[in-house]
Amino acid sequence: MKLLVCVSKTPDTTSKISFTADGTKFNDAGITFIMNPYDEWYALVRACELMEKNGGTVTLINVGGADNDQTIRKGLAIGATDAVRVDAEPKSALFIAKQIAEHAKSQDYDIVFCGKESIDYNGSEVGAMVAEFLDLPFISYASKLDVNGATATVERDIEGGVETLEVSGPFVLSAAKGMAEQRIPNMMGIMKAKSKPFAVVPAVAFPDLAVPVAYTMPKEKTGVKLVSPDDMEELVRLLHEEAKVI
Amino acid sequence: MDTGLQIGLETNPQSAIRNPKSEMVIVFAEATNGQLKKAAFEAVTYGAATAQLLGSQCVALTLGNVQNPGQLGIYGASKVFNVQGTAFGNFDSQVYASAIAQATEKLGALVVVLSHTSTGKSLLGRLAARLNAGSVPGAKSLPDVSGGGFKVTKGVYSGKAIATYEISSPIKLISLGGNEIPLKADGNEVAIETLEIAAPTSKVKVLSVKREDGIVPLPEATTVVSAGRGMKGPENWGIVEELAQVMGATTACSRPVADADWRPHHEHVGQTGVAIRPNLYIAIGISGAIQHLAGVNQSKVIVVINKDPEAPFFKAADYGVVGDLFEVVPKLTAAMRKLKQG
Repeated sequence: MKLLVCVSKTPDTTSKISFTADGTKFNDAGITFIMNPYDEWYALVRACELMEKNGGTVTLINVGGADNDQTIRKGLAIGATDAVRVDAEPKSALFIAKQIAEHAKSQDYDIVFCGKESIDYNGSEVGAMVAEFLDLPFISYASKLDVNGATATVERDIEGGVETLEVSGPFVLSAAKGMAEQRIPNMMGIMKAKSKPFAVVPAVAFPDLAVPVAYTMPKEKTGVKLVSPDDMEELVRLLHEEAKVI
Repeated sequence: MDTGLQIGLETNPQSAIRNPKSEMVIVFAEATNGQLKKAAFEAVTYGAATAQLLGSQCVALTLGNVQNPGQLGIYGASKVFNVQGTAFGNFDSQVYASAIAQATEKLGALVVVLSHTSTGKSLLGRLAARLNAGSVPGAKSLPDVSGGGFKVTKGVYSGKAIATYEISSPIKLISLGGNEIPLKADGNEVAIETLEIAAPTSKVKVLSVKREDGIVPLPEATTVVSAGRGMKGPENWGIVEELAQVMGATTACSRPVADADWRPHHEHVGQTGVAIRPNLYIAIGISGAIQHLAGVNQSKVIVVINKDPEAPFFKAADYGVVGDLFEVVPKLTAAMRKLKQG
């Protein structure tokens, strides 16, 4: 099987988010960056499991600058066979998807994996965009994936339930929780990662059609109003009369 | 929500230079089993308000067999277009996106509004690539169209911040977040026109769809009752379910609870689970780790019930109860029941 996994770099989930004084840029001072958890824990690990079972390759692709190399190396340590970094500072999802599609269009991948969304921009767009550029089916929010020969069976999360479907031929998938278990790279993996093929390629020109131009922080809560545990009728009254939510 | 609804046509001098006809808004109205969703009514309400800002009109689009699509007029659609075809029986983003893109081009619409649901999220990116259009997923506000621009806000960093996006392409794509806009139902039912569009054949075969009947899905829920490790075990969930039932709420849980298989994982709300923004979120026995808060902090009102007064969740709460949940929750249920029976 020939598999491609799209990975992005995001601030650690415990990061305290702030912006530059003029509110136009993310303030990355003191921020620890990680591989986007959906890309790593679910998409990459499941791709590696399928390769280990069926043979083949797992290629990582990332669109970003040289400061992403450490994140990509971690993916190689987890088990990917090789990596491609498209050298650019991306500003929009469509730009990123175009770069991935440009790489993938001549490679005949069986499955292109993404995480269900990145935890920074929460757009959930790149997988669908790559699928459209490549004219492939897109299976989003997949929580389970099994491959039997040329046919894949996928379970995907839908509002309040689960849909099971079958797809033949190449497709793009976005991975959600349940797809695989997180893997911690071992020393052997980390050593091997150093000699795995890692290509840096230039980006193709593509316009940014939707970009963030300003950031603000949500309004802080003004402070909690404590209600006695013995007086739940008071809490109900407050929710009904003051907050007007019931 | 900052709706910007007050920015009417009269107060926006730039509207005059816009060509109303060419900035038609098209809203894809989602249905489940032929029933239009609340998210569809919200999207049409949003589309109609956007059309008002642009001085244009808003039309709605339904795909396949949908019951009573004319009711979308009540929320502001001036006309409803329907595309018939067996291809729309099950959702496939490739088939649906093709039909929506073709309808957009055929009608010459320049703003496309979807709902930010599992369906809408699977379509938005496809439409962006196909229509060569800028997109804002999970919009929180009406577009700011002043100065001939088009700016829309959305939550980023899992709700920890809000970003303003500027779309510069001729076609603009928006998926509207759930519970972001109050429904405005002051119109009338409108006529339905059939649109002839050839959809591609699906390469995906749906084998089964399992939905829990009668439960409002979490992203659409206006009231959510959520519980965490403080419950001590899955066998104790009866009191949570009873409270949810009395309130007409949807149940949710924290990540450790889903990881331990105490509850189904589609109930998991938080940074790596479902992000929600109900009107009321009641957190029972959840300490409030930053990753959990990221998924729920856009709720309008948060109630926290926890025996530990130092639980970080209290800092993000509007109302707090410090006490033993096994005593507090049944009392709250009784008080809720009393209110409902009025």
